[in-house]
Amino acid sequence: MSAATNTVIPRILKTYEAELLDEWLREQPAGFRSSTKIKDGELRQQSAEFLSLLQQATQGGNITDVQGVSYERVRDLLGDISRSRGLQGFSPSETAMFVFSLKRPLFARIRKELATDADGLAAVMWSATELLDKLGLFTTEFYQKSREEVITRQQEELLELSTPVVKLWDGILALPMIGTLDSNRTQIVMEALLQRIVETGAEIAIIDITGVPTVDTLTAQHLLKTVTAARLMGADCIISGIRPQIAQTIVHLGVDLSAVTTKATLGDAFRRALEMTGQRNKLSRPSA
Amino acid sequence: MNRIPILKLRNLLLVTIQVDMHDQLALQLQDELTTRISETGARGVLIDISSLDIVDSFIGRMISNIAAMARVLDAKTVVVGMQPAVAITLVELGLTLPGVRTALNVDKGMAMLESATRESEDVQAVDASHTE
Repeated sequence: MSAATNTVIPRILKTYEAELLDEWLREQPAGFRSSTKIKDGELRQQSAEFLSLLQQATQGGNITDVQGVSYERVRDLLGDISRSRGLQGFSPSETAMFVFSLKRPLFARIRKELATDADGLAAVMWSATELLDKLGLFTTEFYQKSREEVITRQQEELLELSTPVVKLWDGILALPMIGTLDSNRTQIVMEALLQRIVETGAEIAIIDITGVPTVDTLTAQHLLKTVTAARLMGADCIISGIRPQIAQTIVHLGVDLSAVTTKATLGDAFRRALEMTGQRNKLSRPSA
Repeated sequence: MNRIPILKLRNLLLVTIQVDMHDQLALQLQDELTTRISETGARGVLIDISSLDIVDSFIGRMISNIAAMARVLDAKTVVVGMQPAVAITLVELGLTLPGVRTALNVDKGMAMLESATRESEDVQAVDASHTE
C-alpha cells in the first residue's frame, strides 16, 4: 500500500466532512432515525463526533490497525455508543450498522476522488472497507461485552438476594431458599447460614425450601451437607416447605432424609423449633 | 513443644485447643486424654475447637477418633465452637462425626454435658436401688 493511498481517506474525511455527515445520516438504519429511542440531534452529534475523531485518527496514516494508539478516542466513543445503544434496546446488528452505514457515502466520495485511477481506487476501497469492518466488529464486540457485564452483575445480585438468613425468635434462624439449588449457590447459602449461627448463637435453623422448584439427588445432597455442617457447629436443622410432589420425588429417588427433622410448612417447623428450645409457652395466644 | 492442656473441672475434662493442630500434637492429645479419662474417671469431655481455623483430613479424623475413644471409656463427649469454615471442610471431606455431640459454645456444651451426666447418674441410681 503506497503512502499516497494512506492519505486519501484522511483527506476525503477532512474535505467532505459536512457532506459525508449529511449523507451518512440519511443512510443510517431507519430504526435509528424515525424511532423514539434516540433523538435526531443526539444521533447527529454522535455521528459528527465519530467522523471528526476518525479523521484525526487516520491523519497519521494508520488506517488498518484500529487497536493502535491513534484510535483510542474512536474506540472510546464507539464503546460509549454501543453501551448506550444496548441500554436503549437496539439489537447488535443495528448497533453495528451505525458504523457500516458510513460505507456508502464514503465509497461514493472515494470513487469520485479517484475516478481516473482504477488501481488506486481498488486499494483505497479495500483499506476503507477493512477499516470500517474492524470498527463495526469492535462495536459488536463491545456490545456483547457490556451485555455480559450486565448478566454477570445480575447473577451476583441474584445470589446475594436469594440467601437471606432471618432471625425468627431467640435462638431460631430461618433460611427461606428461593430458586434452583446448584453447588455454587449452596456453598453461599451454607456459608451465610453458618456465619449467622456463629453471630447469633442460634440453636435451631429452619431451612425452608418452599421456593425451590425441583429437588433432585444433587440438591438433596447439598441440603444434607448444609444440615450436617450446622450440626457439627452445634445447631439443629429443620427442613420445611416440602411440597407433596417434592416429598414423592425424594422418596422415589431414594434420598434418605431420616436423619433430619422435616416439616411440611414453615409454621410447623417454627412450632417444633420453639418446643425444642423450650419456648413453646411464650407463643400461646391468650384465647388458647 | 506445645502441649494441649487438659483441665479437670469437677467430673468433667476440659480440652481447649488454642494452637495450630499438627499431627504429632493430635496423637499426643489422643494419648493424654485417654489416660486422663481413665485416671480421673471423668464422666464427660468437652473439646473446644473454637480457635481452630484449619483442619485437614487427618486432624478431622483425629477429632472424630478422640471423641469415639472418650465414648468407649464411658465419658460423654461434646465438641464445641466449630468454625463455619471447619464445618464445611469436614462435611466436604465426608467426616460428619456421627455420634459426637456438638454445641455452639462452651456454655451450651457444659449445660449439655451436665444434663447428660446427670441423666446417666439418675439411671445408675435407679439401677442401684433396684438391685439393692
